[in-house]
Order: sequence, then C-alpha cells, then structure tokens
Amino acid sequence: MNEEKTGADGAGDKLTADARLQRRHRAERRFRGVCIGALGLAGAFLVLFLGSMVVAALPAFTQTEVKVEVDFTNPDQAWRAIDPELNSIVSRGVTRVLPNRLENNPELAGKRFEEWVLAKAEIDQFRKGKGSLDEEVRERVERFEEAGRFRYTFNHWLFTEGDSKLPEMAGLKAAIVGSIYVLALTLAFAFPIGVLSAIYLEEFAPDNRFTQAVEININNLAAVPSILFGLLGLAIMINFFGVPRSSAIAGGLTLGLMTLPIVIISTRAALRAVPHSIREGALAMGATRWQTVRDHVLPMSLPGILTGTIIGLAQAMGETAPLLLIGMVAYIPDVPGSVTDAATVMPAQIYSWASMPQQAFVERTAAAILVLLTVLIALNATAVYLRRRFERRW
Amino acid sequence: MMNKRALMTSVLAGAVVAAAGSAAQAAERDQIRIVGSSTVYPFASYVAEEFGATTGHPTPVIESTGSGGGMKIFCEGDGPDTVDITNASRRMKPSEFERCADNGVTDITEIVIGADGIVIAQTTANAAMNLSREQLTLAVAAEVPKNGKLVDNPYENWNEIDSSLPDREITVYGPPSTSGTRDAFEELVMEAATEEMDGYDEPYTTVRNDGPYVDSGENDNLIVQKIQNDTEALGIFGYSFLEENTDVIEAVTIDGVEPTPEAISAEEYPVSRSLFFYTKNSHFDHVAGMEGYVSLFLSEQMIGGQGLLKGQGLIPLPQKMREGVRARFERRGELELADLK
Repeated sequence: MNEEKTGADGAGDKLTADARLQRRHRAERRFRGVCIGALGLAGAFLVLFLGSMVVAALPAFTQTEVKVEVDFTNPDQAWRAIDPELNSIVSRGVTRVLPNRLENNPELAGKRFEEWVLAKAEIDQFRKGKGSLDEEVRERVERFEEAGRFRYTFNHWLFTEGDSKLPEMAGLKAAIVGSIYVLALTLAFAFPIGVLSAIYLEEFAPDNRFTQAVEININNLAAVPSILFGLLGLAIMINFFGVPRSSAIAGGLTLGLMTLPIVIISTRAALRAVPHSIREGALAMGATRWQTVRDHVLPMSLPGILTGTIIGLAQAMGETAPLLLIGMVAYIPDVPGSVTDAATVMPAQIYSWASMPQQAFVERTAAAILVLLTVLIALNATAVYLRRRFERRW
Repeated sequence: MMNKRALMTSVLAGAVVAAAGSAAQAAERDQIRIVGSSTVYPFASYVAEEFGATTGHPTPVIESTGSGGGMKIFCEGDGPDTVDITNASRRMKPSEFERCADNGVTDITEIVIGADGIVIAQTTANAAMNLSREQLTLAVAAEVPKNGKLVDNPYENWNEIDSSLPDREITVYGPPSTSGTRDAFEELVMEAATEEMDGYDEPYTTVRNDGPYVDSGENDNLIVQKIQNDTEALGIFGYSFLEENTDVIEAVTIDGVEPTPEAISAEEYPVSRSLFFYTKNSHFDHVAGMEGYVSLFLSEQMIGGQGLLKGQGLIPLPQKMREGVRARFERRGELELADLK
C-alpha cells in the first residue's frame, strides 16, 4: 500500500498494487488450503485408526454362552458335573472350578439343573465367522445351534476377570486396578516433590550458577527416553532399596521419577504466569514470602499446575517401556491387594495380548486399547475442565 | 482457602505413602516367580492360571523375558528376593551354569516338558514349497561358499539358489538374536546344514543383515501378520502359531517332512526342539506352592498325550520320557555341568 503514489502514472501503480494484493491473497488462500489439508490428513488418520480399532474391537464385547446340564448328584464326581463330552464346547474356566464350586456351595450337592455357562473362545470365534473347527466339534455346534443352546451375552468377563490364557475368560480387571495403584503412587510421589521443588526454584532460589545448572538438568530429564527411567528403577529401587520386583510401588516410583520433571516444568510455567504485581502487592502489605506464595501465587497457579500434572500422569499411564525392566510386563492375573503385590498395568496387558496366538485375542486386544483410550480421554477432559473451572483472568 | 487445604492434604498423603513404600521389605513368599522363554510362556501361564484357579495359592507371576534373559535373572543369586523358575526353549549353556554357580545357585533341576517345532511358513495363497536345510541356509546366511571361498551372500531370488525353487524374492521374517527360537533355528538349520556342506570350514551361524532376513521382534503374531501382507515372504516361528492360523498360512516342508505333531515328537521333522524349565531347589522349602505348581505342570492332565497343553500347541513327549522327567523331579535330580556339554 505504501507504494501507491499520487501522480501522473498513479493509475498504473494502482494496477500493480491491485495485482500484488491479489497475489498476496492468493498466497494466503494457498497457505490456508495447505493447512486445512494437513488438518484433514491428521483427522483422516485419526478416524482410520479409531475406526479400524472400533471395528476390530466390537465383536469382543459379546461372548457366546452355552446351555448345559450341571449334575451334582454324585458329589465325589463333581469334576464331571458337566459331561466331559462337552469339553470341546464349554470353557475350561467353568469345568475346572466345578469341585471348588460344590465345596463353597454345599447346598448344590445332589442337585441337577440347566445353566448358561461360558463357551470356549474357539466356538465363539466360529459363530462369529472366524477360524475353523474339527469336523466332529462343528457338527455338535450345529446341533446345539439348532436346539437354541447358544446365546450371545455382554462380555462382562472383560471387566470382571484378570488376565487369562483362555481368551473367553481374559479380562482387564487386574490391569485396571494395577494401573490405578501405579498412578496413585506416581501422583503421590511426583506431585508434592515436583510442586515444592518448582516453588523453591521459582519463588525463593537465588539466580546463580547452581540453580541454573539444576534448571538445565531438569529440562533435560524431561526429554530422556523413558526406558532409561526403567533402568534407573531397576538399579535404584529394586536392586538397591529392595522394593519387590513387579510391585505397584516399584512401578509407581519409577513412573514418578519420569513424571517429576514434567510436573516441575509445568508448575514453574504456571507460577511464572502469575503477574508480578500480585506478589508485589502482597509484599507491600507486609506479607512474608511464604504467605505471598501460600495465599496468592499458589491458588492462582493451581489450574496450570493441575493441568500439567494430569498430562504427566496420562503419559505415565500409557508407558510400558520402563515397566518392562522392573518386571511389570508379565502374566499377573490376580488383582493386587496391596502396593507390594505383583501388579501389571493396562498397556502391559495390551502388549501381552497382542503376542498371544489365539485369534480371539486379536479382538480383545483392540477392545483393551479402546478401554485405555477412553480412560486417557477422561483424564485429559478432567485437565481441560479443571483449567476452565479455576482459571482466573486479570 | 479451599485450594490451600487440598494442597496440604495431598502433600501429607504423598509423604505417608512414600514412607510406607520404603518400609516395605521382601519376606518369605507365597507367590511363585517365574521368568524366561517367550515360547514356553503360553504353556507356563496356562498351568499357572489353572494352579491359581484350583488351589488356594496366588497365581504365579510369569515374565516373558526370552530364554537368555531368563537365565540372566535366574542366575543372579539364591534367596527369597530371586526368581524360582526359569523357562527355556533351549538347554542351559555351560557358561550360564557357571555364572549360576558363581552366584550361589548350585542346586538346579532340569525339567523337559515337551517339544516345539519351528515352522517356516507362507500364506496359503502360494503354491506348496519344499526347502532343504542347505537351501534355507544359503538364503539366510551372511556368507555363502562360491568357487571354493566364502563370499557375501549374493542370492536375492529363490531360483538363484536352486532352479527348481520358485521365482520369488527371498524375504524371511524371523526372530531376533535374543530369541530362543532364533538360537534353535541357527543350531538346527544352519549349523546342521553347514557341517555337511562343502565350503564351510566350521559350522556357520551368522545370519545376513543386508535385507532379505528381517528381524521381526519376539512377537510371533507379528510375523504371522507380515507374511499375510507380504505374500512373497516366508516367516519363522513356533509351531503353535501355525496351528492357530491354519486357515491363512501353511508350512513349508523341510527336507520333505511336514511339521505335524507326530513328526515333531518323533524327531522326524528336523527343526524341532525340546522345551525346558529349571527350578532352584533351595526354594521349594521357602516358596509356598512351588512343588504343587511343578507337579501340576508335570501331570498327565497337562503334558500328557491328551493333556490340556496339547490344545495350546505343546507337542507331548513320549510316555517313557514323561515318566523319566517326573522321576527326576521327585528326587530333585541335580543338574551337573557335565550334562550340558
């Protein structure tokens, strides 16, 4: 515009200026198009990924049950209360606990009744049109099908059972509880230490070589590959402090170390965002540094601190690499009763299922991924909510 | 004020939990700890699950670390903080035995649970294929003999190795060098073949890394998926993965023998191996249920001719051998260095 001059050849200048303006507008449209394209591509990948995951996972949410006769009339033969002929159809998870069941429910002795029980994963897969069965078994399945002795139910086992080698009984419960333990410990470890360190560095520490070195190191730690924290956890927590291998406490401390720099960095950023005038106002009224921080700076920076912490936790939740080294990626079907019990976490369980040979585990892996994604989305939504809810403007 | 109190509470809670954690100490256990081979892992965890579901004991914890990784952890020392059992898809090496002995792990019993065939497979879309161990070695070795001396492997197509083989690019997805499956492949295919072949002075087991052999991680499922997408390629993995996927993949016959359970347990199929686990005998008195777990594992119900593990892809040992293994476990037969050489 500033090239537009008044004068004899003003019209010509105007023309070039118009042309230039149009060129600039075209460039802007092009740039905007490229940006939209990038966004669209990212969106398409996301939709493709989520879509294929949902399609793969859907069959895992239903599970075949079969109606069989349970015969406890001969209590000594409880192990064959369900006709062993049906072992090719009924889940081993049902038949192996028949004696225990009679023992725990003595009133069942002498009774004979019909019951819907869990069917084998092979049968379930066959009914869903996947995999093949032996001739003999297939004929029996077809007979049962005609007699209406199969039905689909919601696969509640996915949430009420721990890991299992029997795909039909494999569930996420132990892993979910394990993840909760580990995350709670990570939070309990990383949050107080992280926030206190950040407050000291930001509000109290003098600006000298030493604090600068600390700051650089913390920033570097946040970028260290997570597997190294696993090695650290193995060397320090397990081999030196004697924390039990595979336990939730070992996992929580290791992931806590990993999350610590993220908490420190986000807390410092949140503290720094509080305007200086607020500190100066408080100090001018005669408040001490501690009172200033406690009553004014911290409450104002809390949304930022919480957001950073939750994002750090979400990252810790999806982590498997460091846990591999401290023995948490393992077959652990029992729900941990305390922080020192062996525990596993959801991503570790997904990893284990992905390497199982049975086809039924393919859909269960996808279902487990969906559950994990749901939890992560919930965590991130909480972070957004907290920020909105407590945000203050000045 | 509200926020302040919440902060204080969380600080306090953190301190309490941290203190509780550092006070936690390992004691005598009631939970068995197992590490080792990813090939034995499905069988061991099946038995562990059954053990946990039918007895009052907690389910043993099993880590799938690979045979070598398992030996490393197993041999770290003796005592309640160390693992009780390691699974292996190959025998313990003398060097591993010595490391165990150096660290005080001296009383070990070796238990054979069955056999596993290593299959070379392709998608069913391809025409059936037969390979000899020599041909397979020439396809994956780093160096091959040519005009009397070893040169970098030049073969890129199967028909360059032997004109009777199909005109297909050589691509083999196989396990990485940390895997017991890889150890067994090198020993049973490459070592066996190169001992007989002219041009190799001594058994040769170096796998080429110029492209045609692709390290595909410990996850056999991944290899199954890869050969379904890359239909030209072959994959190397354990027999149980073939059994679970017969609708999409088929085995290449080796020296004319198809990997069936019968051929594998009779050792007619050349690429088969025994599966093991090793117990620390000093732990039987200190870890509740360890004896019960091993007994359950060795029962007919599990490793027998019609046992439950057969359904999981384990190839049972002959009756006589199963009895021998049980007898050795009953007397806690001690493993000697001389046995391994």
